[in-house]
Amino acid sequence: MKASRLGSALLAASLVSLSSAQSGSLTIESWRNDDLTIWQETLIPAFNEQYPDIAVTFTPSAPAEYNAALNAKLEAGSAGDLITCRPFDLSLDLFNDGHLESLNDLPGMENFSDVAKVAWSTDDGSETFCVPMASVIHGFIYNADIFNELGLEEPETYEDFLALLQTIREGGAYEPLVMGTADQWEGATMGYQNIGPNYWQGEAGRQALIDGTEGYNTDGFVAAFEALAAWQPYLLNGYEATAYPDAQAFFTLGGGAIYPAGSWDISVFRSPTQGAVFELGAFPPPPPAGQETCYISDHTDIGMGLNAASENKEAARVFLEWMTTPEFAELYANALPGFFPLSDAPVELEDPLAQEFLSWREDCESTIRSSYQILSRGEPNNENQLWNVSARLLNGEISAQEAGDIVQEGLEAWYEPQQGD
Amino acid sequence: MQRPVATLAAHAVLLSYTALALFPVLLVLFNSVKARLAIFRTPYALPNAETFDLIGYDTVLGSANFPLYFRNSLTVTLVSLALILLVGSMAAFALSEYRFPGNVLLGLYLAVGIMIPIRLGTVSLLRMMVALGLTDTLLALILVYTASGVPLAVFILTQFMSQVPRDLKDAARIDGASEYRVYALVLPLVRPALGTVAVFNMIPIWNDLWFPLILASSEKTKTVVLGAQIFLGQYVNDWNAVLASLTLAVVPVVVLYIVFSRQLIRGLTSGSVK
Amino acid sequence: MKRRFPVHILVFLAPAVLIYSIFMIYPLLDSLRFSLFAPVEGGGLRFVGLGNYQTLLNSPQWAPQLWNALSNNFVFFFIHMLVQNPIGLLLAALLSSRLVRSKAVYRALIFTPTVLSVVLVGFIWRMILSPLWGISGDFLNLIGLGSLDQPWLGQESTALVTLALVSVWQNVGIPMMLFLAALIGIPDELLEAARVDGATAWKVFWRIQFPLILPTVGVVAVLTFVGNFNAFDLIYSTQKAIAGPNFSTDIMGTFFFRTFFGFQLQPGNPTMGAAIAGVMLLVILTGVLMYFFGYQRRLQRIEL
Repeated sequence: MKASRLGSALLAASLVSLSSAQSGSLTIESWRNDDLTIWQETLIPAFNEQYPDIAVTFTPSAPAEYNAALNAKLEAGSAGDLITCRPFDLSLDLFNDGHLESLNDLPGMENFSDVAKVAWSTDDGSETFCVPMASVIHGFIYNADIFNELGLEEPETYEDFLALLQTIREGGAYEPLVMGTADQWEGATMGYQNIGPNYWQGEAGRQALIDGTEGYNTDGFVAAFEALAAWQPYLLNGYEATAYPDAQAFFTLGGGAIYPAGSWDISVFRSPTQGAVFELGAFPPPPPAGQETCYISDHTDIGMGLNAASENKEAARVFLEWMTTPEFAELYANALPGFFPLSDAPVELEDPLAQEFLSWREDCESTIRSSYQILSRGEPNNENQLWNVSARLLNGEISAQEAGDIVQEGLEAWYEPQQGD
Repeated sequence: MQRPVATLAAHAVLLSYTALALFPVLLVLFNSVKARLAIFRTPYALPNAETFDLIGYDTVLGSANFPLYFRNSLTVTLVSLALILLVGSMAAFALSEYRFPGNVLLGLYLAVGIMIPIRLGTVSLLRMMVALGLTDTLLALILVYTASGVPLAVFILTQFMSQVPRDLKDAARIDGASEYRVYALVLPLVRPALGTVAVFNMIPIWNDLWFPLILASSEKTKTVVLGAQIFLGQYVNDWNAVLASLTLAVVPVVVLYIVFSRQLIRGLTSGSVK
Repeated sequence: MKRRFPVHILVFLAPAVLIYSIFMIYPLLDSLRFSLFAPVEGGGLRFVGLGNYQTLLNSPQWAPQLWNALSNNFVFFFIHMLVQNPIGLLLAALLSSRLVRSKAVYRALIFTPTVLSVVLVGFIWRMILSPLWGISGDFLNLIGLGSLDQPWLGQESTALVTLALVSVWQNVGIPMMLFLAALIGIPDELLEAARVDGATAWKVFWRIQFPLILPTVGVVAVLTFVGNFNAFDLIYSTQKAIAGPNFSTDIMGTFFFRTFFGFQLQPGNPTMGAAIAGVMLLVILTGVLMYFFGYQRRLQRIEL
């Protein structure tokens, strides 16, 4: 951990720009550079209607550099007042190092359930240090025009789903499943973590993994790898070399029927210049036949914390409190279809596709990605290993059991609860 | 009789290799001004009235500060080159002109760097730049490039300077010229060698991704290559924008290259003979 | 009087020596020193001697990664030696022969990819090789081998070779220029004499020209070696720091970068990164020394 901090401090220092907050104003650090215009044109003006005296600036850096840049700025004392929080350990480290302030006493925090806050709380849940902003949900987006043309229906079970893919493959006109493995994370994130919760019973399985009572090489976790491996014949031609953005482009050009998605893809598919020119539909990951309950990955992805070294804490707390309100939730969710608010207040979404994703919360049990809490603290890194084996599994290099064994071995190398037997 | 066949074969080889060298670049240029569907449906077609579309350029020019990146790249490259030539020629002059204890040893010390890439010192360079407060400045890049360019510059220039006739320098000295004047007198005589050194250093400095990425990646110090890399990383799903930004990054270099190719190639070949 | 203390010599030498020592030699030595430390729980660093190197060579975590990167790097190098340098020599031979006119045009055009940034070259080829665009498939169809089309950058068996060939495509101009300069430097009388004796161009090349440019062959080889073991940009811009698929394109440069800065949820490890840089330095120095003491020495003896 220390080593990482030095490394990131070094890199961070190299990334620090001269921008630091002018007095009386707030600066927001973020990796969401895509959201710059949304903050500038929608969110900040809405905040200023109520609090005209607090000037707010949104200063994002590129996602790949954010962690290192932020750490360096924090070490150098030049970071912004408000800090966009990655989920789990990256933010927990910041809190433990005294860079983030506890927000237990922030008015409005009661609007969030414990589940919503878990990604930004200490392991025992006693301290919360970021306001939960949004989660992302996994599922499948499909080209409704192709479904109509081929007379297809949304699948109810996983078996239906595979039969559906087979029908499209036999039709020959379209690629059944549009996802590549070139960038490696797609297979793990939009594949394994998308359909997996149905096999490991969501939270129950995830907690069992943390407790050490279940492993990646047994039961549901291997079954999930097996279910994922079944995709191989239906992926688009040349998927091994198809990068994530190329898969997006292929789908929006109408070349394929079904796209394993993260809800953030919605805003890309709605883009006026690069988006889809056909009707879109969506269905949740279908559970295996005979299973009543469905599970979805509703991953807490983004929050906002208070820099402990901020000189404008009063103003920053005002802003954070505003972020807990239903008004902010509504604004944010509609400005960024696919990023779903975490507060208990009901939110109406204008985008029907985003609303569809959100509605699954009613029908299915929610969980988060299996590797994010606690399990990616050691070497080898659990999340990174999942990327690796999911891509190799889909490329046909290893079997489902081998995939499970590799990840389990990596986890057992350092994680005590898994070393029991 | 054998001659025309051989000539034809030689041309065939050269032509096909030239085609291979240029095809990818041309493909990018053509498609950068085509509409999205046309890029994918008819990649080899030249743009026509129907498929012509500048939307990629709109995106790029609206969201990435390419003029600034160009200025940064230009500043870094030119200042580094000037420093390499100045500092390198001064040292080369001293090494070739004076016999002093440690002359050979110093020459060897300075030559070691030709074969060792400076990237291997990155860890420490970064810590040093952080300590000096030079991160995210163009100066950091200039210092690193100058340091790494000095060895080759000294090596080449020493050889050329030792070929400058003694009489010339001694005549100047008899006229009462200081050693600095003698240096100034010698410098224009090794112009071809200076050109060679400049050419050898220019392309790698302009094209470097590593040090801009690590030492100066802030918005205001981004070089063209880093700017393009980051921009391309963000807009990868927008092929119009990717093709347009590739074109914007490639075309100026190619134009400059075509203008100066004669000098550049002469520089490369004259330097390597030695 | 002036001779007594030659201030001017100092003035001439100081700037170069200072800049070079501070920003090149010192960082190289200091990085080596840094590789002898390891972070301690709770902050700070501790001297561990060659501990990092031992970990790198022995631990089941690190050693396979190191050998993988090292052997990939050697494959990368051998492909350059087997493809880039012979093509460079062929082009140079044609360009220096009396068969062809308009040499300057060919020379300039073939050199064009070399002046482009590796990052841009990486992006261009990534698009061309993307199954989405299908250029490589079309090309193979054209010559009747359409069925052989592969997702070149997506398979463990083909990705590294493909990227090495992209690098060859870009860099072939450098050996071409170096060989060309050497070939042009051969006195015409030598060649004329051979031709008068009735030797064919083929014979003239192998009997006279090639032996005379042997020193350049050595220079090209060592430059290729140093360049390849220092490579990073192409892999980084096409496959990211993760060097996929399954690290099959991981070379020393990307391994160093990933270790030093970390990636995704894995934190960076600067001292281990420094140790990897130390290994790279060792490899490069070994190569360069082998060239100086093996190749160049032998060559001199032959010439004598």
